[in-house]
Amino acid sequence: MSGSIVGKANAERAIGGGVLVFAVFAPLLVGAFWLDAILTQTLIFGIAAASLIFLSAHGGMISLAQTALMGIAGYMVGNMVTSGGAGGESKGLTLGWDPTLAIVLAILITTVLGLLFGALASRSIGIYFLMLTLTYGVIANLFFGSVTEFGGFSPIAGVNRYTPGFIGDMVNDRNRLYYIALIVAVAVYVLIRFVLRTPFGVALQGVRDEPLRMSSLGYNVPLHRTLAFGLGAFVASLAGILFVWWQGQIAPGDLGLSATIQLLVIAVIGGLMRVEGAWLGAFAVILIDNQLANRIPSSGLPIIGGSFNTVIGLVFLAIVVVSPDGLLGLWDRLWGLTRGRGGSDEPAVAAGRAGP
Amino acid sequence: MRLRLPDLQQLRAQPGRFLTYGAVAAAILFALLYVAVIAQPAPDIGGNWRTTNFGSAIHDPASFLRILLDSITFAGLLFIVASGFSLIFGLMRVVNMAHGSFYLLGGYLAYEIQQEMSGQGFTLAGDDVNTWEWVLPLLVAAGGVALFGLLVQQTLLRWNQGQDLRQALITIAVSVIVADQVIAHFPRHVPEGTVKFGGNAVGVTWPGWTNRLVDLQVWDVRYSLARLTMLALGVGIGVVLWLWLYRTRTGMVIRAGVDDRQMTSALGINIQKTFAIAFAVGSALAAFGAVVGASQANISSGQDGVWLLNALVVVIIGGMGSLLGAAAGSLLYALVFSFSASYLPVNGEGCCTQYSIVSTFVLLALVLAFRPQGLFGRAG
Repeated sequence: MSGSIVGKANAERAIGGGVLVFAVFAPLLVGAFWLDAILTQTLIFGIAAASLIFLSAHGGMISLAQTALMGIAGYMVGNMVTSGGAGGESKGLTLGWDPTLAIVLAILITTVLGLLFGALASRSIGIYFLMLTLTYGVIANLFFGSVTEFGGFSPIAGVNRYTPGFIGDMVNDRNRLYYIALIVAVAVYVLIRFVLRTPFGVALQGVRDEPLRMSSLGYNVPLHRTLAFGLGAFVASLAGILFVWWQGQIAPGDLGLSATIQLLVIAVIGGLMRVEGAWLGAFAVILIDNQLANRIPSSGLPIIGGSFNTVIGLVFLAIVVVSPDGLLGLWDRLWGLTRGRGGSDEPAVAAGRAGP
Repeated sequence: MRLRLPDLQQLRAQPGRFLTYGAVAAAILFALLYVAVIAQPAPDIGGNWRTTNFGSAIHDPASFLRILLDSITFAGLLFIVASGFSLIFGLMRVVNMAHGSFYLLGGYLAYEIQQEMSGQGFTLAGDDVNTWEWVLPLLVAAGGVALFGLLVQQTLLRWNQGQDLRQALITIAVSVIVADQVIAHFPRHVPEGTVKFGGNAVGVTWPGWTNRLVDLQVWDVRYSLARLTMLALGVGIGVVLWLWLYRTRTGMVIRAGVDDRQMTSALGINIQKTFAIAFAVGSALAAFGAVVGASQANISSGQDGVWLLNALVVVIIGGMGSLLGAAAGSLLYALVFSFSASYLPVNGEGCCTQYSIVSTFVLLALVLAFRPQGLFGRAG
């Protein structure tokens, strides 16, 4: 029994190591389009999804606000770095500040907002938390759509022309962007794994499982949830900054309902129980998106009609119905089957572990 | 089993609490004073923190009354949509994230039927529509969406009861598919010369007799009968729901199910049948609200997100699963929404900015800071 678990952990380490080695040499192995459109995007959305999965798996909070936090960070950078006037941008505050300062401020502001949002939501759990964070997301979307000072309905463009010197050119040197995203992704993964081993991380998981017991033991339950949400916001802000460099522009639609749902789809397809699933889910969704995008005629899908959203909705539905723990849950069960252990434990989402 | 919110009230330090209560009370008092006396009508150029489009209530009572009526009538519409959402959650613990998509579907269905019935093409003058040509589309849309909701509930939500997060994810998937399909196939009738790109903004037309202004006999205010009809429909739905829930046997079973699902079921009551009825009624209310909303404004792609937000905000403020909570939440949200749209300071050149979404967030934050379960929600 324990041998099997060790074997599985070793197998996962081997796979993870292999993926990392591939990732490091990817620019030599795949074409420029693949690298930029699929792998870089996978890394960025994987970081955002990792923040969602961290909160869900270890904090028991499924947050639908991560896309919004990502977008807020992107908007902060967009408003601070671009400059107006001749040859500049006409949207947003066009402050023209130093990009390094802008990045630090964007991370700081997003994290503080995350702490505020988290504090407000810290006493809501399970399904209430999901609804509340969705509300945050929609409000953030409408905010950037209706408050014209921050850019208004159309995008702030040309954001990636302004990057700090130590980051370098993000417009033309896409390999550089890829490596930066890779470094940030690995750092985020290590950070989350590290946090989970600290006393805070252990207490957070206690709060997830037994909030009442933890609070009677003297732990401040809302504070732990708030701090976890703040950490999630910090990670999402990193993804947001990378995203705005990758896309070059930011618009309210980037934090809209369908973007929010897409991040949730990534997290669910990867598996809401383990952080590794974030990048797996991101890769799967972005690959499907990319492969389908050109093949769906502009008149809509054959027979039923509709766009890519119908396809991703059906895939999402199938995943939630068949394997609520996503691809990693499927992997856990397959491993169990090949080792002669019947079906693994009940899927954690199904058992309502993330909510009481 | 009901969701339990940890009761941490006792753990909190009392002095801090006293301070926050004071701050909130002061903020509310300031907002009331601002609307009542402080605000000044905006000059042509420039302005300061006191200038609004209408000035204070004392300065311009007619506008104040109109905005108040706008809020209350909008609350009627909010209540229709949110009560369906709340009913489903209260009984079944299903957060129907597809409620906004059902709204979209209902609105377009009613529009197509009204177009077919009147056969006049896109531009329907109000006077050309008789009551029947409005009521029948309403009934068909509500019935159609109720059937569709029933189908979703029976196929996707019946076998996984109690797994509330999984059910929420399933309804999110349904909402994505339904919204995309509705936009792909509707509207079928578009005005001549317009490109049909899917999800065009179209409107249902109120019956002709509502197309006039009622003289309210105070401050020369004449107010739209259609909007008053909207309020009457909201109140009517509220009364009917109340009678249904508190004066009929089915309602009794539903309330028993809300309190203790397993016990109700153990008493030999077919709780599955009750669930099916509640889900169908809840979905029908989304469509009902959509027909009213599409008559007052329009229906277009993107409204699914807006109305999901509206329903969520109302029930988060009012408390999940409570009829009274839905009414109170609708009224509070509508008041804050309309008044902040009209009374937030304007500064001359800021023509297009709407900060009122910020006050929605502030309202939500204030309610949650003091009552995480909502105004009329039950903790524990």
